[in-house]
Amino acid sequence: MKATSEEVIAVSGAGALLAAAIGVSVGGLLAFAGLDEAIRFHGLLILAACVGGGLYVLSNPRQGGVAEQAQYMDGPIKFATIAAVCWGVVGFLVGDIIAWQLAFPDLNFNLPWTNFGRLRPLHTSAVIFAFGGNVLIATSLYVVQRTCRARLAGYWTPWFVVYGYQVFIVLAATGYVLGATQSKEYAEPEWYVDIWLTIVWVAYLLVFLGTLWKRKEPHIYVANWFYLAFIVTIAMLHIVNNLAVPVSFLGSKSYVLFSGVQDAMTQWWYGHNAVGFFLTAGFLGIMYYFIPKRVERPVYSYRLSIIHFWSLIFLYIWAGPHHLHYTALPDWAQTLGMTFSIMLWMPSWGGMINGLMTLSGAWDRLRTDPVVRLLVVSVAFYGMSTFEGPLMSIKAVNSLSHYTDWTIGHVHSGALGWVGMVSFGAIYCMLPWLWKREGLYSLRLVEWHFWIATIGIVLYITSMWVSGITQGLMWRATDAQGFLTYSFVETVEAMHWPYVIRAVGGLLFVIGSLLMAWNTWKTVRGDKPVDIKDQPRVAAAPELRGAPLAAPAE
Amino acid sequence: MRLSHAFFEKNSLVLLIGILIVVSIGGLVQITPLFFLSSTIEKVQGMRPYSPLELAGRNIYIREGCYNCHSQMIRSLRDEVERYGHYSLAAESMYDHPFQWGSKRTGPDIARVGGKYSDAWHVDHMKAPREVVPASVMPGYPFLAERKLDGASIAEDMKALRIAGVPYTDEMIANASADLAGQVNPDTKAGKAVLERYPKAQVRKFDGNPEGALTEMDALIAYLQMLGTLVDFTTFDAAGPNLR
Repeated sequence: MKATSEEVIAVSGAGALLAAAIGVSVGGLLAFAGLDEAIRFHGLLILAACVGGGLYVLSNPRQGGVAEQAQYMDGPIKFATIAAVCWGVVGFLVGDIIAWQLAFPDLNFNLPWTNFGRLRPLHTSAVIFAFGGNVLIATSLYVVQRTCRARLAGYWTPWFVVYGYQVFIVLAATGYVLGATQSKEYAEPEWYVDIWLTIVWVAYLLVFLGTLWKRKEPHIYVANWFYLAFIVTIAMLHIVNNLAVPVSFLGSKSYVLFSGVQDAMTQWWYGHNAVGFFLTAGFLGIMYYFIPKRVERPVYSYRLSIIHFWSLIFLYIWAGPHHLHYTALPDWAQTLGMTFSIMLWMPSWGGMINGLMTLSGAWDRLRTDPVVRLLVVSVAFYGMSTFEGPLMSIKAVNSLSHYTDWTIGHVHSGALGWVGMVSFGAIYCMLPWLWKREGLYSLRLVEWHFWIATIGIVLYITSMWVSGITQGLMWRATDAQGFLTYSFVETVEAMHWPYVIRAVGGLLFVIGSLLMAWNTWKTVRGDKPVDIKDQPRVAAAPELRGAPLAAPAE
Repeated sequence: MRLSHAFFEKNSLVLLIGILIVVSIGGLVQITPLFFLSSTIEKVQGMRPYSPLELAGRNIYIREGCYNCHSQMIRSLRDEVERYGHYSLAAESMYDHPFQWGSKRTGPDIARVGGKYSDAWHVDHMKAPREVVPASVMPGYPFLAERKLDGASIAEDMKALRIAGVPYTDEMIANASADLAGQVNPDTKAGKAVLERYPKAQVRKFDGNPEGALTEMDALIAYLQMLGTLVDFTTFDAAGPNLR
């Protein structure tokens, strides 16, 4: 017998309250019996978060019933979208602050909480996991509902996912500033924060899969393949790379299970696939939905998308050892890593072609719609950085580029150019669609955002090419007698002006994100758009467009 | 019959399992052999677990995020060997949970910084880097000299590391606190005991304040001064049975 809607809702509410109660007890235990300041502070945070969440569940009984089931569940998506915009501004700003620190080291203030070593993980986690992660959660939950024509699975679970994820971010960020870190890049949070993320992530997977199970479309749309691969692979990477032995279950410190060469290989298997699955596969899901939607054309090639998908996820996972060329990692592993990294060029460009050629017959949109321009330029940056990546993975090139700013520049052409721009495009699409507006508050502001951010990115990556290649060449320069020409600190001095230019480029990117935040605020608040006549029909929420909608491109 | 992709597109669990298989292969091939191939880690003399004070210093190194700017991995390239010393061996980080190879050299590699500079140089440099190296962009760490080292849990730390595979003996763990204090008291019984348990350990007060309390600066410099000093490269034969 099928349970009635009321019964399901009652069970769901009770489950949510039980989870909150468990969280309150664990938080209370850590807050009062914790062995160090970081874990006591985090206990308090968990306690407060679970009390807040529990009170919210208690005071907001769900209406349930057929009426609710007939609608898409957009609340958690709106929440994650706003969170993405806010965390984006914070993450970009911290990044720019540490960029200025490298140019003018007195800005470190010589305090534990403000020194570069603790702020750099704050920047990387804020942009990758806080900004990027919220964009991925928001867009994936948006796309999976529309392409399955089904409401999200679960009553409180989707809310738990987006809320629990913000708690993870706050725990991670405050941990770094307090000095609680595992020191594994992009996996710095300590063991208990990792466990918390695992719980949230499993809930995320269940919501996503559950929605696929409820789908009314026979086929699972291509964007969802990428989202699903992103979610399950990140779960696998996260769990294996974070295996650790806590010193005490009441203390923040732990020791990573693996050591030395095995740990290095595991870390870069994780690290490179944080790029491959978090920052690539997930955002390709965005590309496969939002570009066809925005330009109102089908995806260029269905077959190419199949080849793109399977070859990309198969090849990416091998690429990790290119972070360890000429190190103590055995040569066979280095060679495998290099070979697969070069092969990875092909599916990457296959995907780029599939994204770009989707504009066939709609190239004029590039001129008239800055949101399309954000999406398309992001794919162009994707193509550029996925060419540069295989190039840098070649051992001879890597011997020059590794340990230098060239790597930093490469990461940012991918992160600012591809991930950032495609996210901005998706956010600008979703704002009026989610909040049921006739358009964005201002399309002209999007135009400004696009140009300011693009100039910022160009300054960033060109200055890093200059500094990285300069430093790499200076390190290896020898004189006629075979002695090294430069002391290390001379190569640091040579970096000063590139560092200043990079920080200026970063500042432009921050300014662009502030324009987006302003535009978001005005659109969400429902202010009358200032340039509605310049906005394409597709900018409006589906309900407000008049003519019936085309089915999702397939 | 051709395998139709619709099979994956219409069954979410088939798609899920297909993804899991495809993304598992690379990691299985690249990571698991490293645990079993005996040639992965060279056979060398001299490697030992960190002494309690060195371990405490290493934890400060990690806490402050030093790995963000300093690598501990000298690549087998001519200029690196010229600048930093013998290329790093896998064996040299076999007790490093986690590894500290790093990925960026905003500052120089420090895999073999041990013994390159005096303790006094390190103290001055930590407190105000640009007083010592005018063009440096390193943050200052003056607070390390003022903070007393919290070594209360050091034996617990060593027990956790033993679970992860570091060969700490019962004797080492039982004497953890005594060794922590003993390493800054040369010419005492406790100081000599440290040397017996941890050969090549350097026993002295590192922060230039011989009468003062045991500080975080002591621990960090004790760690830095031992980096890269355990393996004797005058006797190490890279072409020997270690060839891979």
